[in-house]
Amino acid sequence: MSTEAVIETQELTKIYNGQAAVENLSFSVNAGEIFGFLGPNGAGKTTTLLMLLGLTEPSSGSARVLGMDPAREPIKVKSVIGYLQENMGFYGDLNARQMLQFIAELNDITAGIAAERITAALQTVGLAEEQDKKIAAYSRGMRQRLGIAELLIKDSKVAFLDEPTQGLDPDGSNRMIELIQSLCRQKKMTILLSSHMLHQVQKICHRIGIMIKGRMVAQGEMDHLAKEKFGVGKKRYTLEEIYMKYFQEA
Amino acid sequence: MRGIKTIIKKELADHFTSYRFTIIFALIAMISLITAYMVGLNIRNELEGVAKPRFIFLMLFTSTGTLLSLVHFVAFFGPLVGLVLGFDTINRERNEGTLSKLLSQPIYRDVVINGKFLAGVVMISVMMASIVLVITGLGLIVLGIVPGLEEIWRILIYLVISIIYISFWLGVAILFSILFRSTATSALAALAVWIFFSFFVSLGASVLANAFASEPADTNPESVMRRINIVRAFILTSPMELYTDATATIIDPTRKHARSFIAMGHGPMESLSRARFEGPLPLSQSVLIVAPYIISLIALTVVCFAISYAVFMRQEIRSL
Repeated sequence: MSTEAVIETQELTKIYNGQAAVENLSFSVNAGEIFGFLGPNGAGKTTTLLMLLGLTEPSSGSARVLGMDPAREPIKVKSVIGYLQENMGFYGDLNARQMLQFIAELNDITAGIAAERITAALQTVGLAEEQDKKIAAYSRGMRQRLGIAELLIKDSKVAFLDEPTQGLDPDGSNRMIELIQSLCRQKKMTILLSSHMLHQVQKICHRIGIMIKGRMVAQGEMDHLAKEKFGVGKKRYTLEEIYMKYFQEA
Repeated sequence: MRGIKTIIKKELADHFTSYRFTIIFALIAMISLITAYMVGLNIRNELEGVAKPRFIFLMLFTSTGTLLSLVHFVAFFGPLVGLVLGFDTINRERNEGTLSKLLSQPIYRDVVINGKFLAGVVMISVMMASIVLVITGLGLIVLGIVPGLEEIWRILIYLVISIIYISFWLGVAILFSILFRSTATSALAALAVWIFFSFFVSLGASVLANAFASEPADTNPESVMRRINIVRAFILTSPMELYTDATATIIDPTRKHARSFIAMGHGPMESLSRARFEGPLPLSQSVLIVAPYIISLIALTVVCFAISYAVFMRQEIRSL
């Protein structure tokens, strides 16, 4: 794995109505890694993602995605980032293929290439058989997988996944995790994964950042975080134990 | 404008397949058909044994058959079409979470709102053009008269003004769909504005005139003029009034604003002297008369859209 930083923020701050949603946030994500972005609800994770996408302007500080400033070049940044938002919004009256077609057109992907990619992506996420069904009839798990297909259509270099396993049954969330892992391994995507499923995050993330009340209280590899909080211990701590320790101290 | 074609295409597909649009379209088509047919029959009876006036064909649009002429009808209920097409443009996408999906694609934010507005305008144009064509066709059958070149021009200009007028209401509806989160609230707010401008302004005008000018019984020419000016100034804040004035001499060339000023009886001599004013205006003169109204109507539409645009561009994307 190369150690070149794909996402980098410096003192990133966002203030909403006089309250800091994100405060002096500095962190970096390296190429090809899965970065677990943890924190309680309302900690500012989504706001951070929106700033990195150029959808919200930071109040101060700066961010870089693949060397580009999202606040200045939002279009370029948005064409390399695939964003899966928390409440998977899809047009219910389209079917999977039409939805992906729409995304492809918005990304200026020529029809021929798009058709190929769509077929392949539907196969990869296991929706090939359901591609003619309207999305309104999809289960939550299917919608999430359609979201992943969208990333494949865009052929994004970087993916922001906001709670991709929320509300899925155990089987669904395992499939989702496997898909995410394959994005990283086979497509060499850099993934910023925000989730509350600590058990799964522990399984697939290379590094972890914990955000509480708009501040990044810790970042690094799990062992490193464990050492920082518990000292050199005999047993391996689970991510949940580490997270709770940070949470209680904050 | 990258992506605007895609957005327009998607919006049009949505419109054409939505039940709401089908219902509205069926209603309007039905009413305009009935209106045109009644008017057509009426005209035929009226014209029996009378020398042929110059613009019979236009009377299809202006003559009041049993209730309303088509021109009145569009003035009153055209706005509803605009409102129905636009009241949930942005907030529906916001509620379904598709707005942030759309905006996280590599397109500029204004492409979304421009695309939606333009798709609405295309819808309105298709609708108005087909209604006018249907009436024209029906007129050919019922009246058995072919429209002259000038009449065709007048109908075309009328069509364009009507499209602008309904687009204004589309703009209002889109503005409310940006301002309010709930689709029901934006629909009600848009309806309230429509009712206010379409019905209350004309009622309020005379009340206001009573407050600022003399009593209506005062026949002193100066105070009569003063009163009329106040009423007009107030009434022109209503887009419906603007539209009526903008289309007036276009679609009805024999109509004179002056007629209401000339207080005349109904005796034979009076009607003889009134007949001097009854000749139709040439097209160029008609256009000249209505130009200010058309320009105001366009300006209103642009202002309304500009406000939506500004609000939409400034809105935070957070918590979509």
